[in-house]
Amino acid sequence: MPFSIDPIYILVLAGFVGFEIIKKVTPTLHTPLMSATNAISGISLVGSLVAAGSDHMTGQILGFVAVTAATINVVGGFMITERMLKMFKKKEKKS
Amino acid sequence: MTYAMEVVYLFSSILFIMGLRGLSHPETARRGMHMAELGMLFAVIGTLVGKQIVTWEWIIAGIAIGSAIGAAMAIFMPMTAMPQRIALSHAFGALAAVLVGVNEYIEKGHLGELSNGLMSAIGFEVLFGALTVTGSLMAFGKLNEMIKGAPITYKGQNFVNISLFFITIGMFVYLIFFPYDYVTFYWMIGLSFLIGIFIVLPIGGADMPVVISLMNSYAGLAAAATGFAIDNKVLIIAGSLDGSSGFILSIIMSKAMNRSFTNVLFGAVGSPQVDTTALAEQRPISRFSIEDTKFVLEQAERVVIVPGYGMAVAQAQHTVRELSDALEQRGIKVEFAIHPVAGRMPGHMNVLLAEANVSYDQLLEMEVINPTMDTVDVCIVIGANDVVNPAARSDKGSPIYGMPIINVDKAKTVIVMKRSMATGFAGIENPLFYEPNTKMLFGDAKHVMQELVAEFKKV
Repeated sequence: MPFSIDPIYILVLAGFVGFEIIKKVTPTLHTPLMSATNAISGISLVGSLVAAGSDHMTGQILGFVAVTAATINVVGGFMITERMLKMFKKKEKKS
Repeated sequence: MTYAMEVVYLFSSILFIMGLRGLSHPETARRGMHMAELGMLFAVIGTLVGKQIVTWEWIIAGIAIGSAIGAAMAIFMPMTAMPQRIALSHAFGALAAVLVGVNEYIEKGHLGELSNGLMSAIGFEVLFGALTVTGSLMAFGKLNEMIKGAPITYKGQNFVNISLFFITIGMFVYLIFFPYDYVTFYWMIGLSFLIGIFIVLPIGGADMPVVISLMNSYAGLAAAATGFAIDNKVLIIAGSLDGSSGFILSIIMSKAMNRSFTNVLFGAVGSPQVDTTALAEQRPISRFSIEDTKFVLEQAERVVIVPGYGMAVAQAQHTVRELSDALEQRGIKVEFAIHPVAGRMPGHMNVLLAEANVSYDQLLEMEVINPTMDTVDVCIVIGANDVVNPAARSDKGSPIYGMPIINVDKAKTVIVMKRSMATGFAGIENPLFYEPNTKMLFGDAKHVMQELVAEFKKV
């Protein structure tokens, strides 16, 4: 693999985008933000799937554990974020 | 990688970014999450269809088990256990990254394709991943009170940690040039696991918001490094979003404590043990009974409630909301002032109060409430201590001097609900308690609140 600058480009630019977006997240939602980014970082699942689906025994076993761990994050992370966000309600002012 | 797959990954990345953008407001947040979920679904299906998948049984087993555990945790975990859950999930995410990294190392090692560039990526991936796994597990243990929550320190701790750190970095640099030295590779992972443990050992409960945010960031960086190692752009993008999110949160948390990263990470060691006995002079305090409290509250027009970790421990959020309702029924304006580091993770108080059905527009940030604090009639402090300690403003000798606080002492009357006169987490005497406008209401936060609510219902 010859060393390519492309991924570094992506990393830096995505980092900037992330910075600008996260700065605007309201502090009230900081906990859901954490569980949401957590679920999103479960994207390691993509790499884990390839390992688990390979034809080597080691890859399959390492991949299996990785798929399990990443799925816990993806499924659990999104579900709990939704559960939390459902709680953030605005009361209609009874006057 | 086929063209179609790249397009699918691009879509996923866009959906992730738009999803996080939704979190800028509670009203758009849920729609945002649906987008992010869709993005994840795209990425997974795209991978399963487009990549070379030879065997399916391990994938199906992993997804089934992972979904079951993840769903069970999401459904049954009480909101009060949220900091623990977040800490634990950082460990899972990082573990996946480490394992993918190890697999990549073995596979490419067999093929003799470990270039310097690839080795750097794998190195970062397993380094960040491994220290996040153990660091997060330690944080989980401390939050779950399986490990002593107080800082664990010993002589020469910083020296041990720093040497360990440099040895590991040294191994990493060596591996970049000699990637086939697999003994060093596994040692490096082992040492990274150790670093994760050692780094969290001296960090106490009140500093947990910073640690959790930092681990959030590391887990993201590990995912981004995975993207480098397996040449997958959606991983890089999602990872750096997560990385920058955790980074920003750690900055906010550190600022809210007026401390630097290094101070949080290495601060517990060598920090002078504050001698509280000498400070606890016998100054008079004035106490309030439930009836007094009710009387003062009824006279108020504007009431501000300042919750802290004590409210979470006592699980008093529901009774707090009942009190707030009772006051509002009498036409009194009730607001909640939230300090950024109140509780054990960013946004901790907000989630608990939202769970108790407090409207989110009643939850105000410190910067918003402080300028108007002198127009507040009654301020109720529930289980918060250091975040309302005026010594942070005035006493240059105080360990928390310079930390931004909620200026509750500016309110006409301050009612502090507290178990006893014990000091807060930082072990610092709080001059607030001796102010003439401060009234102490001793007892368990939940019990006191219940009695107070009952008192209001009597009429």
